[in-house]
Formats: sequence, structure tokens, C-alpha cells
Amino acid sequence: MGFLQIIQILLFLALVGTAGYIAYGKFKEIYDNINMGKPEVIDTTLGFRIKNMLLIAFGQKKMFKLTFAALLHLVIYVSFCITQIELIEIFLDGLTGSHRLLYHTFDGPVFQTIYLIVINFIEFLSLLTFFVTIIFILRRTTFKIERFKKPELKGWPFRDALIILGFELTLITFIFMMNGGDSALHIQEHGHGYGFILSGALGNALSGLPTGLLAFIERVGWWGHLSMVLTFLVYLPYSKHLHVMLAFPNTFFTRPEPKGEIHNMPAIMNEVKSMIDPSFVVPATEGEVQFGAKDVYDLSWKNLLDAYTCTECGRCTAACPANQTGKKLSPRKIMMDTRDRMEEISKGKKEHGPDFADNKTLLGDYITAEELRACTTCNACVEECPVNISPLSIIVELRRNLIMEASDSPAEWNNIFANLENNQAPWQFSPEDRLKWTEELN
Amino acid sequence: MSDLVAEGKTPDVVFWVGCAGSFDQRAQRVTIAFTKILNQLNINFAVLGTEEACTGDPARRAGNEFVFQMLAQQNIATMNNYGVKKIVTTCPHCFNTLKNEYPALGGSYEVLHHATYLQQLINDGQLKVEGGAFKGKRITYHDSCYLGRANDIYEAPRAVIESLDADLIEINKCRTNGLCCGAGGAQMFKEDEPGDKRINVERTEQLIEVYPEVIAVACPFCNTMITDGVKGENKQDDIKVLDIAELIAQNNQY
Ligand code: SF4
Ligand code: SF4
Repeated sequence: MGFLQIIQILLFLALVGTAGYIAYGKFKEIYDNINMGKPEVIDTTLGFRIKNMLLIAFGQKKMFKLTFAALLHLVIYVSFCITQIELIEIFLDGLTGSHRLLYHTFDGPVFQTIYLIVINFIEFLSLLTFFVTIIFILRRTTFKIERFKKPELKGWPFRDALIILGFELTLITFIFMMNGGDSALHIQEHGHGYGFILSGALGNALSGLPTGLLAFIERVGWWGHLSMVLTFLVYLPYSKHLHVMLAFPNTFFTRPEPKGEIHNMPAIMNEVKSMIDPSFVVPATEGEVQFGAKDVYDLSWKNLLDAYTCTECGRCTAACPANQTGKKLSPRKIMMDTRDRMEEISKGKKEHGPDFADNKTLLGDYITAEELRACTTCNACVEECPVNISPLSIIVELRRNLIMEASDSPAEWNNIFANLENNQAPWQFSPEDRLKWTEELN
Repeated sequence: MSDLVAEGKTPDVVFWVGCAGSFDQRAQRVTIAFTKILNQLNINFAVLGTEEACTGDPARRAGNEFVFQMLAQQNIATMNNYGVKKIVTTCPHCFNTLKNEYPALGGSYEVLHHATYLQQLINDGQLKVEGGAFKGKRITYHDSCYLGRANDIYEAPRAVIESLDADLIEINKCRTNGLCCGAGGAQMFKEDEPGDKRINVERTEQLIEVYPEVIAVACPFCNTMITDGVKGENKQDDIKVLDIAELIAQNNQY
């Protein structure tokens, strides 16, 4: 093994090790953040969980409500998955200091054919992805697509989307530099390429260049490809692109209830029970009971996992009746705020220790009463979400806090609460008149 | 109900009228239409009458769990006391709360929305849809959130409309894509938050795009919202907003 080879192996290990270490730290932080939430039991069978994960995350079933966007997204998704196969060889080469280890180790005709098919498939998909990425960039910057123009996407979320698309283009360029340069070298040495259709043609065109330059192009492509993948890994937990991983657990833990059902609050149920029936003993509860959610700590872990899974696609907001009619509410913003608040808290904890507390809360500092009050609980956002997120669940919990802890309720709602308590109806009619309609029956 | 029980009889089904069905003038028409259908078919039913309280839906959705629990527990005590087994209601909000939320509080019943109930009566031949008053009429159906997305009931109300031999026209935003009428989540009882438009106006515009003669609804709140919307467009003479129970009752001249 030559000196240069050893240097390469060490450099490879250093790169992978550093990226892995940084990524691990951030992923662990996210895991801990999700566990800030309260317990919630999701009572489903393994079969139900796997079915949802396969259909919705892996199979992208709900994406296809918007066929065009779904097809474009599918191209990137498939090519993202398939490119990882080539990464196996890059890793093996990196660890051993070899060159196209798989290609050279298994040189039987069957394996060579499979190898060629896989690489050609990757290359064609990469080229397709290149064009799709450009369409995606245009969709974000030039085309007028309502859901990408909302205020909550200004600033970082907009840049985040473009950064990833830029990564995508860079990665594909590196793939073709790597395979194209390598093909040209192969042609110079053996008079023919590997049999890669696209990069083979590219190699043909480049084969007149000096060998040293070609080797340089190939190495830049190889290291560039690896670095982009590692950059992506480190970048992922800061980005909406975390969904490429979290979509799987999030759909795995899909809630089983009908969408119309709102979670019971046993503490209040028991308290009311004991008011109606004085012999009923309220079971002891630990700690202070806080009604609804004021901050991310009061939400369930599933709400928090939802927030980290959000792709910021805005399908929820596009379907929201309140948002469509110009109200402040945007279900996507609810999810983004929840994530931002978690990040703020965990940053504070890192800087000031685990007892960090600020005077901020999710309710009030991020999400206002006006937004919450505009929700009709229509479930359109839940229906639309391609990764089974429920913005409505967070909205209801925050509303509960607003009404029961902060007593912040519009006057009209105070009226209906009073009517409900006194007349058992939201309007001011006497319960005695409930049968008045029967007078007209005959 | 209390009268029947006093006579030692038990009804096969309890008709849950709901607050709108009891007090709102427009919704009372639906209650009456549905009752006429039940009476015509000699169905052994009862209403809780003055013992019925609001299910608590608007309170729970506004965020006031205390008021919800008081109402719900009171209703459950009443119904468990009478041994109620089966409930039918003309309100998707009552339906959703009774069916999905009462079991956790100790009230488990078989709960049907009247769309499903009417569909069953038609299917098993008890309810014969005759008369043809709506034959060939252009009817579009507005999906109620609490029937559709909340409980996945999309076909039953359509089956009822189709039994009229009417020309059922679907608008673009129907079924899972249906837009809310604007009343859910206790919005019915307050002004819209500041914005550009009222939700019911937006929805009505989508519905009248297909030039319907009738907009069919299956919810008293949707009924109010869409009726207001149609009035706002000054189309109340050309477009009727009718509940599916009214369609059947009018068609059969009950
Ligand atoms: S449930 Fe609320 S937030 Fe979700 S789409 Fe309906 S109105 Fe908007
Ligand atoms: S909640 Fe779902 S639909 Fe809404 S932006 Fe996030 S991923 Fe998209």
C-alpha cells in the first residue's frame, strides 16, 4: 500500500468520522427534544403501523393528490434512494483505498451485467433529477404557486429549500465528473469504457485530455460526491428535509382514531364526575395539572415528532378554509413554530444548562389567539398532509389552554358557555322549549 | 322517551334532535321532515325531549372541556338510565361526538347519522322513494366536514340523493377536498376572525359554479351557512338549500 493510499484512507476516515459525530450529536438532540413532550399512547397493531408506513411514507400515497408535484418528487425520491447503492462502493473504496472494488472483485459476466444496469440506472435517474431540480427551483422562485408564497416561508425556510436544491445539482455534477473522468481514463488505458451509457459518452468526449487532468477530475468527483452526502447528513437535522427520515416513524405512529375525535381529558372528566356524584373519588394525579398546552412541554411527543417531520410543503395551508379566506391561521406555521420553539429551548439548554427557562411560550410568543380562533376544526389540513401530521391536534391543545388557563375567550364564546351551562344549549332558549317543534308536526 | 318508558315500552331507536334541530327555525324544518319519514314508516322511535342536552361539541372544540364534560356526562347518565342502544341524528356534530367521544366517558351506543340511516331504509326496501319531484333536477351536494373527513362518510348522502333520480353534479372541491362551510369548531357562534372573506361565501361560490337547482346538505350548520351564502349572492329564488331528509320528505309528499 502506497503512502498516498494511506493518506487517502486516513482522510476518508477523518471526514466520515467528523460528519458522523456532528450528525449524531444533532440527531440525539432532536430525539431528546421530542421526548420533552408528554406521554401519549398510540394503541395500534404492528400490522397497522407497517401498513401506514409502507403506503404513506415509502409508497407516497398521499402525495398523489397533486399528480404533477408527486411525479417530480418521486423522481428525486427514487434517485436519492438508488444513488445510495453507488455509495456502498464509494465507502468500500474509501475504507480500503481501492478503486471500484466491487467492479473488480466480482468479475463474472452476471455480476458485471448487474453492475452496469445499476450504474446506468443511477446515471439516467441523476440526469432526470437534474432537470426536475431545475423545475423545483423555478417553482420556488419564478412560478406563482400560492403555497410557496406565504409569509411563514420568508427567510430561512425559503433559503433552506434552495440550498437543498443546490446540493442536489452539485451532487449530480460530481457523479458525472467521477464516472465521466473514470470512463475517459478507462478508454485511454483499454480502448473502451466500462459500458456506462451517459458517462461513457462523456468519457469519450474527454478522452483526449491529458491523463493527469482526467485523474484530477475523477478524484474531485469522487471526493465531492462523498462530501456532498456527508454535508447532507449534517445539514439534514437543521432542515425541513429531515422528513426523508422522520416520515417513516411518523407514519408508523399514525393515530388510529377517526379524525373527528378529540382526545379526552381524564383529569377534567374525573373532576366533573366528582361534582355530579360526590361519592366518586378523584384518582390522585402527580404534580401540577395544566389544562391544554401553553408550551411545547405540554404537547405530546407525537405532536413534537409531527413538527420535526413537517416538510413545509404547505398542502395543509392551501386547503385550510381560514387561510384561503385571508385569516392569519396557517396550519403549516403551527408546525414550523412548534419546531422553532423546540430548537430555541434546546439551544438555551446547551448554552445555559438543563434548567434553562426563558419567559417565552409557544402560545403567545409564537402562535397567537387570533390564529387559533380562526380554526373551524374541519380536518382539511390533516387530510392533506402527505406524512400524516395533525396541526389540528396542536391547535386544540393550545385552545384548551387559552380558554381554561388564560380565560382568554371572545365575548361571543363566553355567551355560549354560559348558555350551555344554564340552558344546555348554545342559544338562549329554555330547555323546556326543546319540544316546541313538535307542535308543527301535524 | 320518558312517556314511552312510563308505559313500559322501549323504542328501537332514539332520534337525537340536537340543539339546532330543536331551536333553530331552519333546522326545525329538517327535524320535522325527518320525523315525518320515521312516522310514515312506523318506526318505533323516541326523542329525549327536554332531557336532551347539547352534546358539548362546540364547548369542547372551543377549548372549554369543563362545559363539555358536564353536558356529556349528563347526557350519558340520561341515556344509560334509559338503556339506550341505538341513536340516529340529523347533525354530523352530534353524530361525531356521540359516536367517537362518548365511549371514553362511559357512553357506548350504536350511532348513525341520518344519511346512513336513510340509505339503509332505502336499501332494505322499507323506504320507497316515489313521486319524482326531483327527477332530473340538478342537485349538488356539499360535504359536511364532520360527516366526510371526520368520519369518512361520503357515499351515504349521495346514495340518498341518487335515489331521487336526480342529476347529481359534483363540484370540483368535493369529498375529501370539500371546503368547510365555516361553522365548525364553534365558529358558528362568533364572528369570523379578520380576513378577506367569509368562509361560507367562498364555499357558496364554489357550489353555485355548477348552476345547481338544489344544494343538498346533511348538517344544520352547513344549511345555515350555505343558505346565507346563497342569499348573499341573491340567488335564493333559483337555488334551494335543502337537507337530504327534506328532499326525501318533499319528494314523497309526506
Ligand atoms: S382544521 Fe383548522 S387549521 Fe386545519 S384546515 Fe381546518 S380550519 Fe385550517
Ligand atoms: S403539516 Fe403536512 S401538509 Fe402541512 S406543511 Fe407540514 S408536511 Fe406539508
